[in-house]
Amino acid sequence: MIRNSLMALGLATTMGAAAMADDLPVLNVYTYDSFVSEWGPGPRVEQAFEATCGCDLKFTAVGDGAALLARIQLEGERTAADVVLGLDTNLTAQAAPLFAPHDVSADLDLPVAWDDPLFLPFDWGWFAFVYDTTRLASPPRSFRDLIDSDLSVVIEDPRSSTPGLGLLMWVKAAYGDEAPAIWRALAPRILTVTPGWSEAYGLFLEGEADMVLSYTTSPAYHLIADNDATKAAARFDEGHYLQVEVAGIVAGTDQPDLAHRFMEFMVSDAVQSVIPETNWMYPAVMPADGINPGFDAMIQPAPSLLFSAAEAEALRDPALAEWRDALAQ
Amino acid sequence: MRWRSDPPGAAGAAAVVAAILLVLNLGALGMVASRAEGWGGWSAADGAALRFTLWQALLSAVFSVAMAVPVARALARRRFPGRGALIVLMGAPFILPVLVAVIGLLAVLGRNGLVNDLLALAGLPRVSIYGLHGVVLAHVFFNLPLATRLILQGWLAIPAERFRLAAALGFGPGDVARVLERPMLRETVPGAFLVVFVLCLTSFAVALALGGGPRATTVELAIYQAFRFDFDLGKAALLALVQVALAGAAALVALRLTLPAELGPGFDRTVTRWDATAPGLRAQDAVLIALATLFLALPLAMIALNGLAALATLPASIWTATLRSLAVALVSTALTLALALPIAALAVRRKARIVEALGMLTIAASPLVVGTGLFVLLFPLIDPGKVALGVTALVNAAMALPFALRALTPALAAIEADYGRLADGLGLTGPARLRLLWLPRLRRPLGFAAGLAAALSMGDLGVVAMFASPEGGTLPLALYRLMAAYRMDDAAGAALVLLAASLALFWIFDRGGRLDADA
Repeated sequence: MIRNSLMALGLATTMGAAAMADDLPVLNVYTYDSFVSEWGPGPRVEQAFEATCGCDLKFTAVGDGAALLARIQLEGERTAADVVLGLDTNLTAQAAPLFAPHDVSADLDLPVAWDDPLFLPFDWGWFAFVYDTTRLASPPRSFRDLIDSDLSVVIEDPRSSTPGLGLLMWVKAAYGDEAPAIWRALAPRILTVTPGWSEAYGLFLEGEADMVLSYTTSPAYHLIADNDATKAAARFDEGHYLQVEVAGIVAGTDQPDLAHRFMEFMVSDAVQSVIPETNWMYPAVMPADGINPGFDAMIQPAPSLLFSAAEAEALRDPALAEWRDALAQ
Repeated sequence: MRWRSDPPGAAGAAAVVAAILLVLNLGALGMVASRAEGWGGWSAADGAALRFTLWQALLSAVFSVAMAVPVARALARRRFPGRGALIVLMGAPFILPVLVAVIGLLAVLGRNGLVNDLLALAGLPRVSIYGLHGVVLAHVFFNLPLATRLILQGWLAIPAERFRLAAALGFGPGDVARVLERPMLRETVPGAFLVVFVLCLTSFAVALALGGGPRATTVELAIYQAFRFDFDLGKAALLALVQVALAGAAALVALRLTLPAELGPGFDRTVTRWDATAPGLRAQDAVLIALATLFLALPLAMIALNGLAALATLPASIWTATLRSLAVALVSTALTLALALPIAALAVRRKARIVEALGMLTIAASPLVVGTGLFVLLFPLIDPGKVALGVTALVNAAMALPFALRALTPALAAIEADYGRLADGLGLTGPARLRLLWLPRLRRPLGFAAGLAAALSMGDLGVVAMFASPEGGTLPLALYRLMAAYRMDDAAGAALVLLAASLALFWIFDRGGRLDADA
């Protein structure tokens, strides 16, 4: 039995290697885990790119955006990565020294102007508090509304989760120096702080909390995939903070041409039409055929809030300290 | 002293095992530190995290062990239908991925859980599980069964002849407790306490999900933050070192408090407890067993209930991931036993508790730091994706080692104390001693250790997440991928598969160790 299982183990570990048996050039793309799962965009992106590139596209999946950043930093200049997918603007400043300009000009459909020479957006979304319309008839219309309510929310920890960090930036962008006071007032509304998005969303779906920090597009999943129209995102008057997910070419890549082609491919219709119903985010470039009309039912927040990468990096530690002090009381 | 009966190469084997453990623990830590650019400072927030970590671990260990002693006693002196199944079930919470267990727990104790629904029906206010008490409650849920099992092993190790003699001497329950049970508890309780304490030291997900906010910050979370957001490897290593030091200090205290019980050998007869037949004691034990069963089984039943609907339509990838996880679990189990036996032998025959303590440190090692350290070590040599499952099996084996040692070392000590001289006299050395004396008499703790190792490995998410290629994930990783894709119903189905597979593994090994034995 042991020997059989050892063989099974050997088999399982070599299966990944079998794909690279022939001599095609290999493009190594690092991304976060849910991107490459069978429900994410990964498999379709790989199939479509390999159909034209004459190459082997090899994904390496690493936790979430923050884990991805740590992994690239850990591998440093020896990294095998040619392209990295899935950092967001709260993380790119720290990663910038490892990346090279992408030289791709795309007609981006973002709610904000974009001119970063290193990082190219491939999707985006607004953070929002999602609720269940059967349990909550009149959702709060602002952070102050939420503070005055008796609702309970689940949020993610900014120290271990990218949406958690997004909320930190959202409050900072909307309230600036008032942010600590907002957090102190919000504290009684926060049921708990989870390590990641999955835990928070799971708690919300189990009915533990009235609202959860997620995205304005989360209800689109329930609507389109489950035909369930009971989930909605609350539109806040302060505006909503953006998450812009970007792709970048690693400076030390040994496949600069392939990497460049892949970056162009990421903003092409082939990928952009897949993004909405696999990653449940908005495409960075609207595909020619548009996107599933289910997305029309989603709220359209305004204004869109977003710090530049440099601002986000500078603000992170002080904002984190404010958050911790406010909630630890 | 003369150890002419040492199995050949035992010391060598133990040295190899110790070296592996050192690499896994301190080596990994060192590798992380070697990549550090300066040492991050110790902040006030880290101090607060440290205090919370210690406090919740202490409370969790106190409650787990305090409740485990009466439950283990009740299980030790009662026979009832379903007792074997209950004991197997006791392994379940401990081996579940934290997230799955927490969701089961919330189905019972959460805002819309059974308990709160009952309270509401009775017109009482709902209670909230979130806060320090929630963290401790979840830790007790995880660790009460483990502590019970460890202490129950102690009870089962008291030979039936002692109870027979006690009955002949007219001992009441009080006398039995004083003469037989307390010395046994002095031997087992510090170890059980230590295991729970150290496990709770490295807690991260429970504290975060149920802690209610940043007050409930553990050192492990601080490591997470230092590594992932600040990329401050020096600080991550420093914090990990603090964690190991805490566990080391706890281990020293516990080992100091441990007194060997000298109960003498027996003939492995079925234990009949003439001292515990009073109706009051029967009722007390029945209530204790019923409460413990409810506390443990209800959340598990809720997990099963939630997952049942999705079971038939689970994506095929879940089943391949399950097979992969089973393979890893079996390899990891074999490794655990191969690592544990030499250490146990050395610990017993040379009284070298330091080796045992080294094994204990493995559970205090931050999974993130071990994973990162191994990554730094292997990355220049080989594509990490290719060794993902092998590394996972090895790290899981090291994780399970302390539990295997807790089960094996006292049992082996008892064997050597009782039969060592006889075996020496017979010239029973080397492999013959292993085959004729140790293995047959160690079958029960070996089965338990193998069961735990297999199930622990089945449910572990630690290292594989760092190494796995997209198509090579284990079942816990697949479960997280389902959740990240909003597929919470499928995830509930996968959680049920994981629960069932872990329990089945545990049951097969544990049962195998107890075939034709009445326990």
